[in-house]
Amino acid sequence: MSEKLKVAVVKMTGCAGCQMEFLRLEDEFVDLLDKIDISYWYMARSNNIETKYDAVFIEGSISTPRELNEVKEFRNNSDTLVAFGDCACSGCIPSILNWVPPKESAKVYDHFSTVHDNMPTFQKIFPLSEYVEVDVEIRGCPPHKDMILEVVKSVLIKRKPFLRSHPVCVECKLKENVCLLTVENRPCMGPTTSGGCGAICPSINRVCEGCYGPMSDSNAKSLANVFKEKCNVTEEDIVRKFRKYAGYTSALFEEADK
Amino acid sequence: MSMASQQNIKVDYIARVEGQGRLQIEVADGIVKDAKFGIFEPPRFFESFLVGRKYNEVHELTSRICGICQAPHQIASLRAIENAFGLEVSEQTRELRRLLNFANHIQSHSLNLYMLAAPDYLKYDSAISMAGEHLDLVKKALMLKKLGNDISEVVGGRAIHPVTALLGGFTQLPTKIQLEELKKRLQSALQDGLETIEIFAKLNIPEFERKFEQISLVRKDVYPINEGRLCSTEGLDIDESEYRDKIEEIDVGHSWAKHSFVTGRDSFLVGPLARFNLNFSTLGDKSKNAAEQIGFKPTVNQPFKNLVARAIELLNYIEYSINTIESLIPLKDEIVVQGDVKPKAGVGSAITEAPRGILYHSFELDEKGLVKKADIVTPTAHNAANVENDLKEYVPTLQDLSVEEATLRCEMLVRAYDPCISCSVHMIKLD
Repeated sequence: MSEKLKVAVVKMTGCAGCQMEFLRLEDEFVDLLDKIDISYWYMARSNNIETKYDAVFIEGSISTPRELNEVKEFRNNSDTLVAFGDCACSGCIPSILNWVPPKESAKVYDHFSTVHDNMPTFQKIFPLSEYVEVDVEIRGCPPHKDMILEVVKSVLIKRKPFLRSHPVCVECKLKENVCLLTVENRPCMGPTTSGGCGAICPSINRVCEGCYGPMSDSNAKSLANVFKEKCNVTEEDIVRKFRKYAGYTSALFEEADK
Repeated sequence: MSMASQQNIKVDYIARVEGQGRLQIEVADGIVKDAKFGIFEPPRFFESFLVGRKYNEVHELTSRICGICQAPHQIASLRAIENAFGLEVSEQTRELRRLLNFANHIQSHSLNLYMLAAPDYLKYDSAISMAGEHLDLVKKALMLKKLGNDISEVVGGRAIHPVTALLGGFTQLPTKIQLEELKKRLQSALQDGLETIEIFAKLNIPEFERKFEQISLVRKDVYPINEGRLCSTEGLDIDESEYRDKIEEIDVGHSWAKHSFVTGRDSFLVGPLARFNLNFSTLGDKSKNAAEQIGFKPTVNQPFKNLVARAIELLNYIEYSINTIESLIPLKDEIVVQGDVKPKAGVGSAITEAPRGILYHSFELDEKGLVKKADIVTPTAHNAANVENDLKEYVPTLQDLSVEEATLRCEMLVRAYDPCISCSVHMIKLD
């Protein structure tokens, strides 16, 4: 057998849900260990090894200069850099903070300046691709474990991973769901949202909230207009919808920044 | 060999815990001058950006505070807002929420016990390297973890960041066939739960003892998970709405997590050990018997023994999940749709038990149901000061050990608390 893949799983600022999804590969985990060498993963091991990696999975967003330095180092030491989950791909929920004045957020602490004054946080949460070149994006909050497996496989056999760029709508059609947007006039984010989840929410009579981030070439403006004209959603609610999982991506920013 | 009694102990990045934390312990002449559990995970300011968000999306947002304990975060938010609206939910909804949270504890406890903590005691750096000689243990861990995740998926629609739970109820119910299938798997997992207790009872777990207050939810009828009185080993006994009258928190310079204290008293412990000590009488029969057989009875004041309490709870949650499934069948056809609940102005608080201990959510909402203020205190924030107080007494007992060994022991103490650091760093104080 050829040498094992060297893999790092790195956490920036986030909830660890993506790492938990990686660990949810329970059925495949033991077999995976034959193929990959998890050299660096603080949540899973001691004696973390800093080396050159075949693939680095970056979870979370960059919110301090320290994290920025770390991510640049991982970029330099990695063949394939994976933006792992929404925080890394699109900023996710924490990017809502981008619209909160810094003075307001500092109120969380009574004496903000005394807490870690050597470690200022950045005031804005951007996708990882603002800082370093990203080779693969695994979208989702959290991404489905099958997508993680697909990326590991693709690195192993050196091919491009098959990840979905079509909208949730395609998955809804495959499941033969009644369209919540066009039939029931409910504000579903499906048309602008990347597939991969299997249309979980529309399948249980819940509108898509957009947790996989924008699909490729999405038309947020048109969807916002449908919400307003057909679904009777207020302008404030429309902004909240687009300012949730990916408001700071170029695809959604215009509607999120109103 | 350098002795721990003369040297500082420093861990720049604690491994096998969730999130970014460090240890800095200053030692001089066998005396601990300072012990810091530094949390350098940057805050995400949830309480700030929740302001202006809508009542029916709050639980979806707070779920993202933590990828490990999303269910107790969701349920705390839902219950807090239901309390603000004066909205009662059905018995079936309460039971389904209990099952969702039991499942969360099952996956989290299996992860901590076998994959984060056990490698220390079996002398490995991870469950990955442990898989070579202890494949059976790793497979047991994965099986139990998967069981927890699969219950979450059936009840919650998705294992991590579930989607079915809404204000007032669920958008989708599990089918009878799904529940019966899970029940079968839970029944066969009872044996694995028992074995887990035996395995952890036999480990050479340090017997370091320190008297501290322990706090958890308490119910007389069943083991608490989503509701109950907030009680302690020192006589605290309050409703969840009175939390802020009794629990205070302060900023500390070295950590993004604030430190919590009982008013007029000291730091306290939350989590499996506190729940066990305060709720021994409502443990499931098998769990209680197993605890008695290994001589583990309240009140245990040994923080490392969180591991044993966690193992007992793992079996307990398997038992309770079976009972809950039995009580749920046949399911009534109660479905809610997003938008069913009408908002009103008010303040509501709720406490749930997350795997690592009590979790407090409180929201003030305006007449449109928009959040005006949010206050969230997580288990790891509750425990942070207690970890430091433990270290101050524990380190002097390690003077015969090398610095390396003493450092490992300190890390093991932290891992016994199973801190979830991402959770801990975003609290706001209500004015």
